[in-house]
Amino acid sequence: MNKPKKPKKPRGKVRLLEGKCAACGARCESVCPVDGVTVNAAGEPVISLDRCIGCLKCVKICPAQALEVFFTVEEQKILSELARLEGEVEEAAAAVAEGADEIAAVLGSHRGVWVFVEQTEGKAATVSWELLGKGAELAGTLGVELCAMVLGDHVDHLAQEAFSYGATKVYLMDEPVLKNYRTEPYLKAILALVRKYKPEVILMGATGQGRDLAGAVATVLKTGLTADCTGLGIDADRNLLQTRPAFGGNIMATILCDRFRPQMATVRPHVMRLPVKNPEARGEIVREVLSLKEEDVLTKVLEIISDGKGTDHVDISGAEYIVSGGRGMMNRENFSILKELADELGGVVGASRSAVDAGWIPHDRQVGQTGKTVRPKIYIACGISGAIQHLVGMQDSDTIIAINRDKDAPIFEVAAYGLVGDLFQIVPELTRRVRELRTRK
Amino acid sequence: MLIVACIKQVPDTTQVKIDPVTNTLVRQGIPIIVNPYDTNALEESLRLRDRFGGRVVAVSMGPPNADVTLRKALALGVNEAVLLSDRAFGGADTLATSCVLSAAIAKLAEEDELTLVVCGKQTIDGDTAQVGPGIATRMGLTQLTLVDSVENLDLKARRIRVRRKLEGRHEIVEAPLPALLTVVREINRPRYPTVPHRLDSLKAEVKVWDNKVLNLDVNTIGLKGSPTCVRRIFSPEREKGEILGDALRDPAGATGLLVEKLVQKDLLPL
Repeated sequence: MNKPKKPKKPRGKVRLLEGKCAACGARCESVCPVDGVTVNAAGEPVISLDRCIGCLKCVKICPAQALEVFFTVEEQKILSELARLEGEVEEAAAAVAEGADEIAAVLGSHRGVWVFVEQTEGKAATVSWELLGKGAELAGTLGVELCAMVLGDHVDHLAQEAFSYGATKVYLMDEPVLKNYRTEPYLKAILALVRKYKPEVILMGATGQGRDLAGAVATVLKTGLTADCTGLGIDADRNLLQTRPAFGGNIMATILCDRFRPQMATVRPHVMRLPVKNPEARGEIVREVLSLKEEDVLTKVLEIISDGKGTDHVDISGAEYIVSGGRGMMNRENFSILKELADELGGVVGASRSAVDAGWIPHDRQVGQTGKTVRPKIYIACGISGAIQHLVGMQDSDTIIAINRDKDAPIFEVAAYGLVGDLFQIVPELTRRVRELRTRK
Repeated sequence: MLIVACIKQVPDTTQVKIDPVTNTLVRQGIPIIVNPYDTNALEESLRLRDRFGGRVVAVSMGPPNADVTLRKALALGVNEAVLLSDRAFGGADTLATSCVLSAAIAKLAEEDELTLVVCGKQTIDGDTAQVGPGIATRMGLTQLTLVDSVENLDLKARRIRVRRKLEGRHEIVEAPLPALLTVVREINRPRYPTVPHRLDSLKAEVKVWDNKVLNLDVNTIGLKGSPTCVRRIFSPEREKGEILGDALRDPAGATGLLVEKLVQKDLLPL
């Protein structure tokens, strides 16, 4: 081995930009080829400069762009020396992506956007139709068909309904073994369809049933699945851009599954807009048979008990007007002024997590990441500061009105109209004026 | 009878704040807790063991310091705790995570008859609810998610009957063992650790298994085994709205302005 006469071009070292690490789960640590990154208890990387070889793997993998390369004093000296000696130094090319052809073949052989139509006792979940609305957009961008998967027993009518919400083709499996949802037969049905027809995108509702099924399907197919997407788009390479709240809804992450197909995503109810129904629409039905008999399925649904909700039950997710209260309501009794306004508007009362946790209002009224997602015509947030965990549940409302004493509250950033003041003065005044207008009409 | 409870240590995401200036997460001083749903999984595992016998093993995948979380499980009374920790496991998405957990559970099942795996319905940091189904599918266990009550466990017939909590309904389901349950918070109220258990837990051994023990193909675990990747993390940006009047000094006037706007845009149900 002959030693180079010139000093080697330094590659620099990596350092952490303060405050940018999102504690994503030790991606930097796991890519480091020299064990130079150790993640501390806070989830942030500690970089050993002695070990760092400046390969930049961690910089590239970091989703929060929290790592940067820098040159130590010694390295800077060498750099200027090199520059003096020979001017520009050429840099070596980056490593070639492994198995690129293979990946391209998989990606190229899958086409079409599919939506799973969730049904219980023959009735479809609305989220499935919402997904057809979004799916049509994606299929348009990709230049492919929008297809629905309808599984069940005596569910022909759902195929027609899928056409009316925008599907152009329905894959239908209609047999007794698919009557009540159970993971095993539904998993087998979907695997059979996906393996035969190879879609590139599969969307499902992020419901109890959808999440149960999607997790199983993605595991068998060994493909990516992104839960609770709030935004879906297509990038230049036909990849599905899946945006979802991360870290308990405090930040947003855009997730990609760029080496595998199909790309799978779930979306919560009311996140996407319900498309306009066209009862005249028709499409192609592809019938498939599942080779599975009832006696082969050992899991049995013995009973389905519908929640006979009491008179107090309100479905906030379908309401057109919502008046919500947060910590600023001070106590349970004060919610009555919100109720009065909501009654005047023909709406319902909602709440932030703080108000629910304080026991002022039941959990089924909670709006947000761990509560319901709503998109009413008007959302009035009273005494709600607007933690992202709340915002993700209501930010798509048509018009947001915020009433809060603190002018710096984040809720004002999503509001179309803000009132900085005392809600106990403003809300009754608003109720009075709306009532006045209504009685005049 | 072996019951495996899967737990995860998570940052208490309810206490995370965003720095308004830099628009980044403020994570200083955020406590690390046992994922709340997993405390119910632990509790249900312990109750079933106390009723039917057998033992409960708590399993967690995480960094070396996650042994703190497993000690909490020991303090609650689990028989054994195993930490799955290796650099190669890091950066995993749900598919790669279920790969490691399944391998560990399969290893535990070599010594004892696996009856149940119990998980929380989701974690509060990832919120995916995907790892449970991932484990069930990989191991061929009956998958029963969102369980809010275990109605019956028949060890002779190897059957379990549970109630599942779904949107607007409940389902009573009977299925063969071994099964994987994911549980909702309503299923039970977790116990507090007893003082003797807590003292014992400090001395107890938390087994640590790395990939030398599990011997998994590195292309199926950690970052390499994850089909999804994060392209970008960002704070949501929004359009600024309008602050109406001076509602602090003149609440009636500002409210009037609001009503005017709403009437103009025909937004009120008049």
